[in-house]
Amino acid sequence: MTSPVSGLRHPISTSITLGTTSDPPSSGDGCRLGALRKGQRAVVTGLDEAAVVTPLPPGELERRMIEMGLIEGARVEILHEGFPGADPLAVRIDDHTLALRRAEAHAVLVTLG
Amino acid sequence: MSDTVLSTPVLPAVPPRIALVGNPNCGKTALFNALTGARQKVANYPGVTVERKIGEFLSPAGTRVQIVDLPGTYSLRARSPDEEVTRDVVLGRFRHEAPPDAMVCVADATNLRLHLRLVLELKKLGRPIILALNMMDVAVARGCRVDAAALSAALSVPVVPTVAIRRNGVSGLLDQIDRSMMAMTTDLAAAPCGWSEPSARELRAYHQEVEGILAAALQDAGKPSLATRRIDAALLHPAVGLPFLLLVLFLMFQAVFAWAAVPMDMIDGALGWVQAAAGAALPDGMLKSLITDGIIAGVGSVLIFLPQILVLFFFILVLESTGYMARAAFLLDRLMGGVGLHGRAFIPLLSSFACAVPGIMAARTIENRADRLATIMIAPLMTCSARLPVYTLIIAAFVPSRTVAGGMIGLQGLVMFTLYAAGILSALAVAFVLKRTIFKGAREPLLMELPSYRLPSPRDILLGLLERTRIFLARAGTVIFAIMILLWFLGSFPAAPDGATGPAIDYSFAGMLGHALAPLLAPIGFTWQIAIALVPGMAAREVAVAALGTVYALSETGDALSGSLAGVLAADWSLPTALSLLAWFVFAPQCVSTLSVVKRETNSWFWMLMMIAYMTALAYGAAFVTFRLSTALLGG
Ligand SMILES: Nc1nc2c(ncn2[C@@H]2O[C@H](COP(=O)(O)OP(=O)(O)OP(=O)(O)O)[C@@H](O)[C@H]2O)c(=O)[nH]1
Ligand SMILES: [Mg+2]
Repeated sequence: MTSPVSGLRHPISTSITLGTTSDPPSSGDGCRLGALRKGQRAVVTGLDEAAVVTPLPPGELERRMIEMGLIEGARVEILHEGFPGADPLAVRIDDHTLALRRAEAHAVLVTLG
Repeated sequence: MSDTVLSTPVLPAVPPRIALVGNPNCGKTALFNALTGARQKVANYPGVTVERKIGEFLSPAGTRVQIVDLPGTYSLRARSPDEEVTRDVVLGRFRHEAPPDAMVCVADATNLRLHLRLVLELKKLGRPIILALNMMDVAVARGCRVDAAALSAALSVPVVPTVAIRRNGVSGLLDQIDRSMMAMTTDLAAAPCGWSEPSARELRAYHQEVEGILAAALQDAGKPSLATRRIDAALLHPAVGLPFLLLVLFLMFQAVFAWAAVPMDMIDGALGWVQAAAGAALPDGMLKSLITDGIIAGVGSVLIFLPQILVLFFFILVLESTGYMARAAFLLDRLMGGVGLHGRAFIPLLSSFACAVPGIMAARTIENRADRLATIMIAPLMTCSARLPVYTLIIAAFVPSRTVAGGMIGLQGLVMFTLYAAGILSALAVAFVLKRTIFKGAREPLLMELPSYRLPSPRDILLGLLERTRIFLARAGTVIFAIMILLWFLGSFPAAPDGATGPAIDYSFAGMLGHALAPLLAPIGFTWQIAIALVPGMAAREVAVAALGTVYALSETGDALSGSLAGVLAADWSLPTALSLLAWFVFAPQCVSTLSVVKRETNSWFWMLMMIAYMTALAYGAAFVTFRLSTALLGG
């Protein structure tokens, strides 16, 4: 399923395949929050909502994430992982902790560090 | 107006209205309680308050001020029904109410980023704002230092540091409210509302602005709570988390039996004594029967269960105030996803163990309408505290009080746990069916803050339990009392004809009703006495127990009641009948308040009727199967 929208703000997004939880944690740029494992730290570099399937109207997930502090420059750390499938994630974002699923965390671009 | 008016305090006919606005879980309700002396629910998870609550206080300058507590929200865009309440009140769209005259924004001093972003959004509304910088005690403990003066200058909003739960800073806030209201009367022309739904770009711009403000006002961000992190490392551990959650729930149900046993015996003894004393003191006749059989037997049989209900509420209050609720939602998200539910649905469902009414209200925090409806439809299957009397009564009558598994587990507690489990599993099964038929659709994302753990305050827990006791006694003293008098009347008139052999109730209106309903309920093993008790039990489940008390008291042919109601039932019912009644009560939609709140929250008769239909069908079916199976197995 492709989402017809949001391509304007993220011209590259349409070429990105859907992320899955089995993605290996890669280092360096182009990494996604949803691929990180417990204990890893990163800095958010962007939001790419088109990379995930969501029942929300276009643009909504991105806005919700920004409102919850997932914004460019935010420091994140995976504190805990749920069960089974190491899902959902408890992510430290600057001064608070957020629970979110890996599926949606794939919309968050990060660089490790 | 004459000049003299100005010298006395101005008391406007309509008091000025102030709204408490802020992110979830920042202490708005705690502050509301501190300002008004109210006792609204305060707990440590996001989404406690789901409706608007109005209170009043007198400001130091002598102005009567109306204050509105609102559900917490991360933005005015409102993604769930509780956030819609906040948006509508703040924008003046709520049932055509005028917007509040001013707002007290409450912000958690330890997490200013998210909170200040909302403050910036609220400033766009053009109304006077006061920022209450709450949780200053936690901020100090974490070494987080905020310069209130610099923050006030950067935001151009007055800032008052507070510790809502200790009422610290409340007088400062009151003074500031007076000052702001004075300012309001001088510049009457409030700025026009400049708010419109922000785009992602505007949201980012707000965040940019917040960073600038923080650079000026936040001297030290402090350290996040290490204790919370360590506790979570254990309680959210993949191998430990779910077993621990199950253990907590299991302990809760064991404790309901174990801890409550002694006080229940004491109440039982006291009631027996009162009944005997009343019986001895009153002359034989109608009045004696009304008081001993109608009131003491009926209302008393419900009063006995107060200790159990308090134990249950004690556990729920502790879970809610520590911060574990959000963790439970986290742990169960994946499993609940299996039946199509959102992890957040756990919070309304757990509240439903206390009572389905607040549980169904709490479903307002679920964003997606289909998810919310599914949660509402299954909430009454969670065993609410009103079912406790029914379960306990039957268990006490039919399950021996001994321990199994080497003395570790009480058998009665185990049966109780099984009944709770039956409710939970059937709720999940119903959700599974609903989400695959009527409420299809992908799952809503999970974005939920996990608050820091907090030690529950013994005072709050005690006040919560007292409040519960008050509600319980008020119900027993009003609704149940009135129904029992009515039932006693219906069970005593018309009187038995001369020379009748059976008890008088056989010939009464209630007896006729019971005998008329009996054929309908015979396939599931219910006696005519049960049939009578089920009718007033439509009002609320525990009323069925009170009604059984009265019906059996009236059915006694001897002069005195032979022991407790449980003893009477053990002698009168077969085991399959008892089991069948238990199965009935797992499912039956016997609670008027639940049905009316479903009607209100879904805003439709359809879902309420659906609930009655599906729950009654399940109840009858389950009771039928239970009765037939156990009769066959026990050779009864
Ligand atoms: N230490 C400390 N805890 C506080 C303070 N104010 C509130 N709390 C606690 O914070 C938690 C949340 O308080 P509430 O008043 O329920 O928060 P709320 O803003 O009404 O939350 P919602 O209704 O969910 O939006 C509770 O556990 C309170 O005991 C404070 O000043 N200091
Ligand atoms: Mg509240």
